[in-house]
Amino acid sequence: MSELAWIDAALTAARPQAVGALLRYFRDLDLAEEAFQDASLRALRSWPQKGPPRDPAAWLIMVGRNAAIDQVRRRSRQEALPDEQTISDLDDVETPLAERLDGADYRDDVLRLLFICCHPDLPATQQIALALRIVSGLSVKQIARAFLVGEAAMEQRITRAKAKIAGAGVPFEAPGPVERAERLAAVAAMIYLVFNEGYSAGSAERDDKAALPIEAMRLARLLLRLFPAEPEIMGLMALMLLHHSRSTSRFDEAGEIILLDDQDRSRWDRRMITEGLALIDKAIRHRQRGPYQVQAAIAAMHARAERPQDTDWAHIDELYAALEQLAPSPIVTLNRAVAVSKVRGPEAALAMIEPLGNRLGGYFHFFGLKGALLMQLGRAAEARDAFNQAISLANTPAQAAHIRQHLDRLAKDVTLQE
Amino acid sequence: MLYAFLCYNNEDAVFSWSQEQDDAVMSALHKVHAPLEKAGRFGPSVRLMPTTAATTLRKDSDPPLVLDGPYAETKEQLLGFYVIDCENLEAALEVAKDLAKANPGGAYEVRPLRLFAPGALAPEAMAR
Repeated sequence: MSELAWIDAALTAARPQAVGALLRYFRDLDLAEEAFQDASLRALRSWPQKGPPRDPAAWLIMVGRNAAIDQVRRRSRQEALPDEQTISDLDDVETPLAERLDGADYRDDVLRLLFICCHPDLPATQQIALALRIVSGLSVKQIARAFLVGEAAMEQRITRAKAKIAGAGVPFEAPGPVERAERLAAVAAMIYLVFNEGYSAGSAERDDKAALPIEAMRLARLLLRLFPAEPEIMGLMALMLLHHSRSTSRFDEAGEIILLDDQDRSRWDRRMITEGLALIDKAIRHRQRGPYQVQAAIAAMHARAERPQDTDWAHIDELYAALEQLAPSPIVTLNRAVAVSKVRGPEAALAMIEPLGNRLGGYFHFFGLKGALLMQLGRAAEARDAFNQAISLANTPAQAAHIRQHLDRLAKDVTLQE
Repeated sequence: MLYAFLCYNNEDAVFSWSQEQDDAVMSALHKVHAPLEKAGRFGPSVRLMPTTAATTLRKDSDPPLVLDGPYAETKEQLLGFYVIDCENLEAALEVAKDLAKANPGGAYEVRPLRLFAPGALAPEAMAR
């Protein structure tokens, strides 16, 4: 790896910790970001000559803090610029700082930084954009690309979101245990949003959004390292790894969705799968079931099945039943119905989803599944209606194309019968 | 003499490598491995999963204490390691507990492997 790439990777890795600590010092997000930026520029000059510091985050915090303090002074007193050498000639700054900062500080710094992106007034897309900008350090250009909007529009969105959180007041006190747990839950949800924004993208936008699942997993890994005994964070990490392990086999060359049953399982990423399974193993020991763990366990059932027909659908049905208890939602019931259709047949599954019609009347997957179940039951006309409704609700061209395949099959069957 | 080479690096950075970066590093490493392997000098090599997948069994108490995460104390030093095939973490911890009974004190960090290459040590290398 080239020197520049190494430094770049180290800066990215240190960013959440460093910006989090700088935010605690300055209590101002813009100043903290500026200070980190400044420190990064100095690192690019200094590290190639002096070698990388032992603790890049501590180095960046110290240098960033000095640079920002200096900037504030300069602004307020309009003094002559100090000699560049006096600031940048910091031989071994990380030692004293590392001694003063213990792990607990870092932990809450990073959590706070993630938490401020989760403000409930911010819509999901803005939470994601903020996290990518502030915590991950993606450029506005990269984020704009991921959201398929212009750079100026995204810049404006981020500025507005920042103004909103600044107005809301950032919580600087060290959180108590209950508050910390609440923050963790909010942050986990936000990280999963980042993941899904990328993961659920259609093939056309997949390249633009490819960075999002990777970023989400990086953030979850960071969180898990700071909170190593949280089974739900293990579950979240496992869930994302298990889903992402299938990312290269989910679309065909024409960009159409390949269903789980039809995917080439030899292309699933075994490394991600084994890491996901290892994390589930760890989480289970805590005997505190939570929604991420159960969803990860469901994903693991698919990952463990060598062929689609090896899938233990009865166990998946049980897991969905557990998830219905932990996090009741019509979507969970809809997913459970898929398992039920495999275990108890399409009739039972249809009975299960029929009451959801009111709440899922605008949901693509509801009509997709309803159509598929009706088709299995040989109720072609009703199936066609459901599929047509699904197409009208499709979010991506790939979704619509997939349903059209069903309609084609249906048309073929009808022709055969006639 | 057989030597162990213990690999340390910043896992945040290493686990953020793209597949291309990872492949590039691995292929550069392979160029170093290949002649050693050919000469019968290259023993087993291992790539571990990240520390987030680790569980630590502290065997300085009885019964031993099982904690999430890697072994982080600096009072003790790394003295050796095993590679043992286990059905799952629970089974691995059982083995660790048996080992702990036989050899109390310190800790075992139990970390799943990401990659295992058995290597190709020549018999005379193992006899030395």
